[in-house]
Amino acid sequence: MMKTFKGRVVAAGNVTAKALVSHGGLNTLASFQKAVQFGDKKATCGDQGNTDLYGKQMAGKALCLPRTIGSTTGGLVLYCTASIGRQPACMLFSEPIDSLAAAGAVLIDVWLKDTSMPVVDSLGDEFLNYVKDDMDITVKEDGSIEIR
Amino acid sequence: MNSSMSLSKEQNAILAGEKGETLAKVMETMVRYGELFGATSMVEITSEYNHLVTSFGLKALGAVYDLLNQLIETGAVSKQKFSVDPRPLDKNVPSGFIQNIVFQKFMYTKQDEYEAQLKKLGLLNEDAFTCTCYMKEVGNVPKQGEVLSWSESSAVVYANSVLGARCNRNSGIIDLMGSVVGYVPYFGLLTDEGRRAKWKVEIRTSKKPEAQLLGSAIGMKVMEDVPYIVGLDKWLGTLDEDARTYLKDFGAATASNGAVGLYHVEGITPEAVEYGKALLEKDARTYVIDDAELQRIYDNYPIIWKDKAAKPKLCFMGCPHMSLKQLTDWTEKVTAGLKKSHQSKVVIPTVFTASPGVIKEFEKTEYAEKLKQTGIVLSYICPLMYMNNPLSTSMPVITSSNKLRTYTSARYYTDAEILEHITDGRKR
Repeated sequence: MMKTFKGRVVAAGNVTAKALVSHGGLNTLASFQKAVQFGDKKATCGDQGNTDLYGKQMAGKALCLPRTIGSTTGGLVLYCTASIGRQPACMLFSEPIDSLAAAGAVLIDVWLKDTSMPVVDSLGDEFLNYVKDDMDITVKEDGSIEIR
Repeated sequence: MNSSMSLSKEQNAILAGEKGETLAKVMETMVRYGELFGATSMVEITSEYNHLVTSFGLKALGAVYDLLNQLIETGAVSKQKFSVDPRPLDKNVPSGFIQNIVFQKFMYTKQDEYEAQLKKLGLLNEDAFTCTCYMKEVGNVPKQGEVLSWSESSAVVYANSVLGARCNRNSGIIDLMGSVVGYVPYFGLLTDEGRRAKWKVEIRTSKKPEAQLLGSAIGMKVMEDVPYIVGLDKWLGTLDEDARTYLKDFGAATASNGAVGLYHVEGITPEAVEYGKALLEKDARTYVIDDAELQRIYDNYPIIWKDKAAKPKLCFMGCPHMSLKQLTDWTEKVTAGLKKSHQSKVVIPTVFTASPGVIKEFEKTEYAEKLKQTGIVLSYICPLMYMNNPLSTSMPVITSSNKLRTYTSARYYTDAEILEHITDGRKR
């Protein structure tokens, strides 16, 4: 069975990946710190406060979340994560994107050649309630999301 | 790129590449960033100085150093001088042999190179490394109504709320790019509408609430919304040095435990004094905070030490950096506490952190020698940067900073509890 959601395109792209779901806000710095500082190839989530994600691989996953929270280094951390190829396959926000994640998405899109991380926001609460870890997610350029 | 914003002739020219490809990409970044929030125009930055969040030369930030080099080589440097967050290392702060190897050989190996880049881009001066740039001893104090391109959540919330400046919660790199082009997108906390309060917070406590606890409670409840706080003026009186220090710590907790960029305190903060309850949106929600609510917040903080009963090995005070008044007050409190418990030095290694400017002023006072006598180390370091070392993470560290608690494994205690811990061996 397939379910479809439609959001706003923040950074366009097509990708298919397994879902990884955070029901609370993603603390970008705490989550990606190990990946950036110590080159963890899986980008294992290091935020002990995030019970959904802690200890799980984030690199290459369709990261589904309400918003990001925390330090204003957030956008820069996403940018650096993508520059070393440890970024999620895509980021899918149920809420309108916050200023820190938006900065990261735009910086990656404008400044990193050959790196893609589609970002879609405003997918709604129903999206985050429906999606579960390891579901297959396909993101399309127009901001539509297919979940199987 | 085509933009939905109404751009000036000069802004369009920059975007079209008439002033170089790099500057065009900087403008594209700022325009696209603004478009995501419905910005209709780019407005001029009017503050004298900028403030940046990224102060650490982490080895892993290679992409950032490459980008900054590109800016420097093409002359796309900041139009304003800027201060920046605290340095990550200070040899005076207690650390072990292996811990130091991790700091110096694996983590902050690019510190010198990064600081050289900052100088080329527009660093204010050698002492401009602090998260509390808005203190008079540092000198980056924006005026009411000025438009900023700052980052550092605790500085942004202070500038907006206590000084009445206008700034969004910008990310690292975006902060610098704003001052490279000289414009920021007009949305959110830059607008009158974006500064209206969606929450009315009523303080009904029986005593002056702990700043860091109150900020935490409000941050977790309102997240990114603007709160209008009533009943706190009863405890703060007027916007004097004590109140500013209180609001510094309170604001940092709202920004780190939630994502607050602006708060209004009735009768205290400038816009609340000027407009009062007219700042409240019609459908504003209400959050009542009493003693029980603060206790509930405190009791629910997770303790993520492996051994929850471990004896603390280090205490950090000053995230954000302490004010001159805080340093003198704490020197007196610690001195009295040690005398009461018949101790000559603090019983837990303790570090107070403050900006280089505040430390210089403090060292001119009689309190500097008194603090030294207690055994407390006074440093300009960023406690967060220290705690990011995996070997620091496994240490039982205590703090009264709710920001440090949120981002690291440090355990939170109230100011009174911290004082007991560091001065009275029986409490260990």
